[in-house]
Amino acid sequence: MRALLLGVMLALASPALAVQPDEVLPDPVMEERARDISAGLRCLVCRNESIDESNATLARDLRLLVRERLVAGDSDAEVVSFIVDRYGEYVLLRPTLTGSNIVLWLAPAVLLLLGGGLSLVYVRRRAQSAAPTEAALSVEEEARLKDLLRE
Amino acid sequence: MIVELGHFALILAFMVSIFQMIVPLVGAQRGNAAWMAVADPAATTQFLLTAFSFAALTYAFVTSDFSLNLVTANSHTDKPMLYKISGVWGNHEGSLLLWVLILTLFGACASWFGANLPPTLKARVLAVQSSVAAAFFAFILFTSNPFIRLEIPPFDGQDLNPLLQDPGLAFHPPFLYLGYVGLSMAFSFAVAALIEGRVDAAWGRWVRPWTLAAWVFLTIGIGLGSWWAYYELGWGGFWFWDPVENASLMPWLIAAALLHSAIVVEKREALKSWTILLAILAFGFSLIGTFIVRSGVLTSVHAFANDPERGVFILMILAFFMGGALLLFAFRAGTMEAKGVFSTVSRESGLVVNNLLLAVSTFVVFIGTIWPLIAEMIWDRTLSVGPPFFNAAFTPFMFGLAVALPIGAMLPWKRAGLGRVVTALVPAMVLAVAIGLLAYAVFTGSSALSPIGIALAVWLMAGAVVDLWSRTGRGDLAGRFGRLWRLPRADWGKSVAHAGVGITMFGVVALTGYQTEDIRVAQPGTPYQVGPYQIELLSVEQNVQGPNYISTMGHVAVREADGTQIALLHPERRIYPVAGMPTTEAGIDNGFTRDVYVTLGEPQASGGWAVRVWLKPFANWIWGGTIIMALGGFLSLSDRRYRFAAGATKARAAMDGVPAE
Repeated sequence: MRALLLGVMLALASPALAVQPDEVLPDPVMEERARDISAGLRCLVCRNESIDESNATLARDLRLLVRERLVAGDSDAEVVSFIVDRYGEYVLLRPTLTGSNIVLWLAPAVLLLLGGGLSLVYVRRRAQSAAPTEAALSVEEEARLKDLLRE
Repeated sequence: MIVELGHFALILAFMVSIFQMIVPLVGAQRGNAAWMAVADPAATTQFLLTAFSFAALTYAFVTSDFSLNLVTANSHTDKPMLYKISGVWGNHEGSLLLWVLILTLFGACASWFGANLPPTLKARVLAVQSSVAAAFFAFILFTSNPFIRLEIPPFDGQDLNPLLQDPGLAFHPPFLYLGYVGLSMAFSFAVAALIEGRVDAAWGRWVRPWTLAAWVFLTIGIGLGSWWAYYELGWGGFWFWDPVENASLMPWLIAAALLHSAIVVEKREALKSWTILLAILAFGFSLIGTFIVRSGVLTSVHAFANDPERGVFILMILAFFMGGALLLFAFRAGTMEAKGVFSTVSRESGLVVNNLLLAVSTFVVFIGTIWPLIAEMIWDRTLSVGPPFFNAAFTPFMFGLAVALPIGAMLPWKRAGLGRVVTALVPAMVLAVAIGLLAYAVFTGSSALSPIGIALAVWLMAGAVVDLWSRTGRGDLAGRFGRLWRLPRADWGKSVAHAGVGITMFGVVALTGYQTEDIRVAQPGTPYQVGPYQIELLSVEQNVQGPNYISTMGHVAVREADGTQIALLHPERRIYPVAGMPTTEAGIDNGFTRDVYVTLGEPQASGGWAVRVWLKPFANWIWGGTIIMALGGFLSLSDRRYRFAAGATKARAAMDGVPAE
């Protein structure tokens, strides 16, 4: 366990310079695409890092693979599906909009609508509720008020 | 010997906490004043015992007592003194001891400063607070005891994780814990109020300073952590949507919502049950945060103490307190009818919008954070939820908040006209749009989102100024300036904090939208151009000896285009031999409008070194803004305390008046 932990730490904390100068593609447009794709792919041996940020050997291999596919003429989507076919859905930092993930992607909007609806009902009710409630005192408060007035 | 005394004190504190959890509660139920009064000395005793225990552990770290398992695993004789001390909480056991130390400190503070609380409420608050402490004392003593001795002590320790050996990170956990645990006070007040069955304006006034203090500490803690990640992890990011970062962001967002809704309770006696629910949830998210960090259930950079058994224990604590409090809430919330009436356009409604956006965004972060866990448990899908999701799902809420904030902040209570407020804000609006358009024009080709973000950030800053200025009333300029300085601190605090939000937003948008990056093999002595600057790797020094590390240090000159040198940076790559771990130290030239950020990489076969240079516009505004937010909180807090004291004197005067009757 300790060795594993150390291994993970080593992979994680190696001196940064994720993207090495020799990896950079000559075509800046294609390099930009490679960087964008890399930022969305998870480094499998690291903790919560994209391959673009990671210095692990595996991350470098994946970065080179991404660039290789791009040079071979793949579209961005093709490169990503190429990697996902080999490493599984886990590599995607952006969850796909498929199956149960639809719940995840819809959650913000649904929660906002739900919360917004409830808030609106509340605000409306506050606006309509009659003023007398404001004046109503409990028996206890009434007694205290009487006390205070007597003083 | 001192260590054993510390251990013993901890066990005693556990006993006191159980006593304090039961006796005052029963006393409050039966109206027995003596039983209730016992909570005060108990709270103080509990704190002193825990403080002694913590001091004993610190002593063991300072003197490098390697007969203690914890010291061996996390310290080393060569380590600088600051990190020997910060090593106390740089690990699971010690950090939990710090957790309960702060918890008991807050309990004691409630006892010391709570003289004007009604006795039953005070007794109940202290009892609930103590029940949380009891759970954590049990957790420490039964699963994570820091005072375990080693049978055969080694000659030296295994050193603290080098990443944690940094001034930014030395003080990051204490602040974060002050925030997390500070929310326990809001929780205790909420549960006590539910038991009492009574929430009124006074309750709102008592809860707010605690929440505000917790929020200020969380702000500082999160800011420190983000700043540390920026300069220490070596790729210049400041927020990674890591589960552990999310764990601190969720309580922060909820606390922000809570401290605003508590104002409505205090001033208008509305939103009562919602505020109670927020107070419960805020501490719930603190516990969830602790669970996420301590169980390692969501793998993350920070979980240096993975242990499922401990995770289950915290989950049980979480289930007990959240389940109990929410059950109580379900039974009692109905009894708390609102009093204040307000129209649809009013400050109250503005604060409802604030609460809606903050609460929903919290749940979005929550769902994203635990989604991998849910997907794996229910659908057996192993997947990741990373920054792309959070950026897409969270940012709109912050944009929405930014649009609404300056308007909502200026709306009067009860009934307002939107027209008047919008008219007052026209200058802010014009300024925001102008600067947004300027950003769009200067940086052609980048996404349209960044200029919008810039405009919103300016809108927030300018809106805060307009808000403050509008409070000075009418009349000549001199008179208004005079009144400006005499405005209550709470008004200043509000505007300062709101401006801080704008400043942080400005930094975040500028940094993510407009940074430049350059990666290349740099030959020593050959300058090259990055943006407006000339960069030259002068030389690289190898085997530089640090106190407990060996470093490879680059010397990099940063010059203006005309050749005048503006900075000499020293990016480093360090190896900590004891921990066997490399780290990087970026060379950063901090500036008001930009940072030049340089990291050193591997030596290349061709003779040069890999060097990475970033120009990060307005980076410091991110943390500057968090400091200003915290400052706003402090200002507001100081005003409250003033009022608090005034309230206390008034209460005392009233009591003195009773015998005379």
